Formats: sequence, structure tokens, C-alpha cells
Amino acid sequence: MSNISNAQSSTPQSSKFKVFRPWIFLAVLFIVLPFIFSSGISVYTMNLMGIFIIFALSYNMLLGQGGMLSFGHAVYFGLGGFMSVHFMNYIEDEVFILPMFLVPIFGGIIGLVFAVIIGSFSTRRAGTVFAMISLGIGELVAASSLIFVAFFGGEEGVSGDRTMGPNILGVDYATDLQVYYLIAAWAFVTIALMYMFSRTPMGRMANAVRDNEERAEFIGYSQRKVRFISFCASGFFAGIAGGLFAINFEIVTEENLNALTSGVVLLMVYIGGVGFFIGPIIGAIFFTLLQTLLSHYTEIWQLYVGIMFVLTVMYAPQGLTGILAMHLPVIRMKRVPQLIMPYIRLGVPVIIFLIGAIGLLETVHHVRSAPVDQTMMTLMGLEYDTHGVLPWVVMVICTLGGGYVAKSQAGQLREAWEEAHAPVSSNGGSAK
Amino acid sequence: MFELLFFSLLNGVVTGLLLFMLASGLTLIFSMMGVLNFAHASFYMLGAYFAYTISSYIGFWPGLIIAPIIVGLIGAVVERYGLRYVHRWGHVAELIFTFGLAFLIEEVVQFIWGKDTKAYQEPEVLHFALFNFFGQDFPAYKAFMLIISISIFVVLLLILTKSRIGLIIQAAITHPNMTAMLGHNVPLVFMGVFGVGAGLAGLAGVIAGPALGTFPGMAVVLGPIVFVIVVVGGLGSLVGAFVASLLIGLLQTFAIALDYSVNDLLMLFNITTDVDSALRDLWTLSLPQIAPLLPYLLLVLILIFRPTGLFGKRET
Repeated sequence: MSNISNAQSSTPQSSKFKVFRPWIFLAVLFIVLPFIFSSGISVYTMNLMGIFIIFALSYNMLLGQGGMLSFGHAVYFGLGGFMSVHFMNYIEDEVFILPMFLVPIFGGIIGLVFAVIIGSFSTRRAGTVFAMISLGIGELVAASSLIFVAFFGGEEGVSGDRTMGPNILGVDYATDLQVYYLIAAWAFVTIALMYMFSRTPMGRMANAVRDNEERAEFIGYSQRKVRFISFCASGFFAGIAGGLFAINFEIVTEENLNALTSGVVLLMVYIGGVGFFIGPIIGAIFFTLLQTLLSHYTEIWQLYVGIMFVLTVMYAPQGLTGILAMHLPVIRMKRVPQLIMPYIRLGVPVIIFLIGAIGLLETVHHVRSAPVDQTMMTLMGLEYDTHGVLPWVVMVICTLGGGYVAKSQAGQLREAWEEAHAPVSSNGGSAK
Repeated sequence: MFELLFFSLLNGVVTGLLLFMLASGLTLIFSMMGVLNFAHASFYMLGAYFAYTISSYIGFWPGLIIAPIIVGLIGAVVERYGLRYVHRWGHVAELIFTFGLAFLIEEVVQFIWGKDTKAYQEPEVLHFALFNFFGQDFPAYKAFMLIISISIFVVLLLILTKSRIGLIIQAAITHPNMTAMLGHNVPLVFMGVFGVGAGLAGLAGVIAGPALGTFPGMAVVLGPIVFVIVVVGGLGSLVGAFVASLLIGLLQTFAIALDYSVNDLLMLFNITTDVDSALRDLWTLSLPQIAPLLPYLLLVLILIFRPTGLFGKRET
């Protein structure tokens, strides 16, 4: 195959292969992943990642591609989840005879239905009006979910059983691994669909309306209609993600459609990078890793997430993907070696600073939350006395020293960076 | 019935005026910078926590003065080094920044003060019943809250309409560039307004902390409501914010006080409902139940039918 791609001629066959290459890679990756990470916790994490990837991508259809900042996207996710869990119960009661893997479709449909209803008035304007309506609707639905107990199950939510329904090829979704493949299949299909949506003329018009709604109107497109279609598609995919959530956890509660979940998806997408299609995917993976792994090691992981989020908004508005994309020109010009040394010179003090700062935060937290007589704590494999002077001195020196040296080294990195970019037009890979 | 109405009215006015203290700062910030500050209620929470810490050392009254000043300074710093920096990334980034800040402040508060509710008490001096009406006590502390809020409203209105700085602020709201051309330091005005707004929110926290509880979720409880007020009242309209605050305050207390359900309404028309039907929740729906919904319903309706708000001139 490499002969074909190396050949200069751009035969349709080779270009087709080029188009499909990332998708084949993705499919193979989805199939192979559970063999590499086979422990229970990693399959659990990957399931969650798959769900959040779909949810985050659907959110980015609004924020990244359509320029609509929503504070209530969990509504469609949660409603899709509730609908799906009800369908699971219908299947269990044999009201419908339906294989379980089709259930997320109904989650998607209810997401779509609600997006049509809400979008019909909320997409009239973008910007703050849209954001406020989404916030209001989010609070409205979250509050009603505690009132309408018959559908939402009140505080304890609605639970179902995913092993019911006709088995196809003997798959009854009794194990997490089987659910993994279900989620992976859905994720593959929805990622492909959402990618294709962003490439259609409709997806392009959504970008145009985001960038300049007036001009889009002048070339004859109704900004409202364009936003409305994006909004509906986004609601549909969020509903599918909710349906997968219902299958994976077999329970859906009010928490899945309240403001917190809406905030989490915004966080994921923004940290990942709104300007890129794969940004939300990276954000979802990153956030899930933080959530499942970091919460194992520290109780104050949400504080780190908050700090990281604010720093991202301030200094890296293109997110993690933006930072990665900035390096593409350098890699393409094969100038990476030029940057390695400067990165090490900056990286080492930054790591020392982080160790010091994290150590301080963790120790302070330990002193406040641990029982009074328990003064020993372990951090990064070291055990020390929180009431001794030495650990504090070391941590303060690490923080201040590391911070100071890092600050003094920032200049040389910037110089090296500009040098590595010098001959090409230095647009730095920023997307907007 | 009359006593119920009377106390609901009083409580509604107290709540409404408290909300106004938050909303007044927010609406000024919103109309000046076009940024709906999600962290505004977080400043309110910070006010309550600072006052709690100060009151545990030197008493309630110094906290009433010091805590809002600290919160105001924090607000000014946030504007100067946070918001102004993020401004270059555009409008959405600013909104997301304040959202992230709200998240961060909540985490920081939990980190410093812990997750439990703090025993922040009103001062002993105000710990008595001001008057007794139909056998129900009206606590003096509520009257104190009332007085503080009203005086804030009056002072704010006077400063904005009568003083020179108020004129500059009003000019900076509508014509920031022109005001800058005339030699006024508009960024400084922004920073000042943001700081004072945050300080007012902090003051609201100081006096609301003992009444509504001091806990890490207090910002989340009140934050969205304050947005509703700003949007309903209209952009940059102090009077609108005042009216909307009272409206929301009264709406909430009366909805809780008047226990009527859909069933009662249907009874009027002699319709009986099935207790076991799937729609049973709809029939038993009562006013106290939907009380938390009402502000958001109002918000959505206002945004659909009157995007300028009740008193606003510009669209949000």
C-alpha cells in the first residue's frame, strides 16, 4: 500500500485511501484498545470516555462550529438518558421487542425533539441572549426533574437493566467489555457523522454564521435557520450520548441534566480546544482521565481542574489541541531538535515549581482534613511529618525557586520558538 | 390569611432587596463591559466567608466593613489581571472566564473553609424580635438587612445620578470611546465599577450569611437568580434591577406561602383526577413546588418576548 501513497499521481484510489486512513485507524484503535488496557478500571474509564467524547463533540457543534455558548447542554444529554432508561424498562417488561443496542437512538430522538422545541425560540439570537436562554432552560428542566417524579424518578433517579431484550449473537451486555464495544461502535458512527456534518455546506454555513452573521445573511442564508439546524443536530447527538450513559450505568438521575453537567461539558470542550474537530475528543479523554485517575490520588482534584480551566481560558484559548497544533509547522520543517533543549531548560524548573506548589496544597489540605493526631502523610511516594519544618521549607523553596527560574527561562524559549518558525509565514497554526 | 400575606410581603421585600444588592453591581458591570459575570455570586459567597472568619476573631461589626472591602479589592484584581487580559480573546472567552472563575472560587472556598456549613451568626445585639404580629415574631436582623439594603440603593442612586463620578460612569456605559477621548481613564472606571460591584456582592454576603447559611453551595443557589433579575430588569437599568429584584423576591416568597395545587384549580371546575395516572404529578403540582421554577420561566419568557427587559433600552 505504501507504494500507492508514495506515488506522485493523485489517482482517485489513493486519495480515497488517504481520506479513509484516519477512520480505519480509529476503527482499529477502538477494537484493539481493550486488549491493551484490559483491567476493569480502564474499561470503565474508556466507556466513560466514549460517552463523553460524543457528548463533547455534540457540544462543540454549538460552541466551536456554531458560535453558540450554551450553559444548558446537559438537558439533552439527561433527557436522552431518561428516555433510554425508560425504553430499557419497556424492553424488560416486553412492551417492545427491541435489541438493547438500538436504545440510544431513542435517546437521540428525544434530544432532537426537545432541541426542536427549545431551538425554535432560543436560536433567534446568538451570544448572550442564547447563553441566557440556555441557562434558564437548563435550570427549568433540572428543577422540574425533581417535581415530575413519574418520569424522572425524583432524587434517586430511574434505573434499568441492560441485559434484557433479545440477544444478538449471544451478546447480553452483562460485562463492561461488551458495553465497551457497544459504546465504541456508537462513538465511531457518531464521530463520523458529526465530522461529515461539519464538512457539509450546512456545517460550513454554521461556521460562517459564527464568524459573521450579517455577511451570512447577505449571501442569502437565514442565520436563525442555520443555527437552528446545528442546534437540533447537536441535541440529537447529545441524546445519543445520554442513551449510552443510561446503558453503561443502568441509572440516570437528576444530576445528569443539571447545571453541573452542563458546566463539565463546557470545561471539557474548552480545555480540549474549541477551534478543532478533535479538540473535544482530546478534552473528553483528558477530563475523564483527570476525573478517574486524579480523584484516586487526591481529594482536591477539582481544585486543580478549576485552576487548569482558568489558566486555559487566559493563556491558551485554543486549548490543548491548539498547543499541539502550534507545533505542527515545526515538526513539518523537521526542526524539533532546535526546541528540545529550550523545552528542557524551561520544563525542569516548571516541574520543580509544580511539585512544590502541589506539595503545599496537598499538605495544607492534609493538615486541615486529617484527624488531629495523624501528622504523617505520603505524597509522591515520600512519607513525612506535616508538622515538621523541613518539608515546608523544601516545598516553599521548590515553589519560589522553580517559579523564579521558570520565569527567567521563558524568554529563551520564546526566542528559540521564533527561530524555529522564522522562514515560514509565522501564523503559528492558530485556527481562528 | 392577612398575617400570611403580611409576612410574605415583608420576607419578599427583604429577599428582594438582598437580591438587589447583588444585581445592582452585576447590571452595572454587564452594561459597561458586556460581560455577564458568572463569578458575581461567588463574590457574595466570599463576602460571607470572610465575614465569618473576621467575626470569629474581632466580631460581626468590623467584618461588616472589612469583608466587603477585601472582596472589592479581589474583584478589582480579577478585572485588572484576569478579565482585561482575556478580553483580547473575545466575548465568549470572557464569559467562559467568569464561569471558570466561579468554579474555581467555589473550589478554593472548599479548600480553605471545608465543605460543611459554617456557624456564622448574627450579632447578639440584633438577636431579638422586633415586633410581634398575630403571634409571629419578626426578627430584628431582618429589619437590619432591610435598612442596609435600602440605604445602599439610595446611596447608589445618588452617586450615579448626582455625582461627577456617576456621570462619568453613565457616560462610560453608553459611549466608552467618547468618554476616553474626553480624557477620562475608562479602564480605571471599569476596574472601579467591577471592584465596587464585587464589594456590594460581598456586603450582601456578609449580611445574608447568618440568615441564609454560609456554605460552599451558596453561590450556586443564588447566582442564576441574579442573572434572571439583570435580564428581566433590563440592561444597565438600576431601577429595572430594583423592580425585578422585588418582583422575584415577592414571587418566590408568595409562591411558597400560598399552597395551591392544580387539583384545587380543577376542583373549582368540578373536575376530578385519577390518582394513579401517569400525569399524577401534574395534577398534584402545587405553587410551593414550582416556586424555584418561576424565576427561570420568567427569564425565558422575557428573553423571547421582550429581549430588552422590563426597563432596558438596549437588547441584551
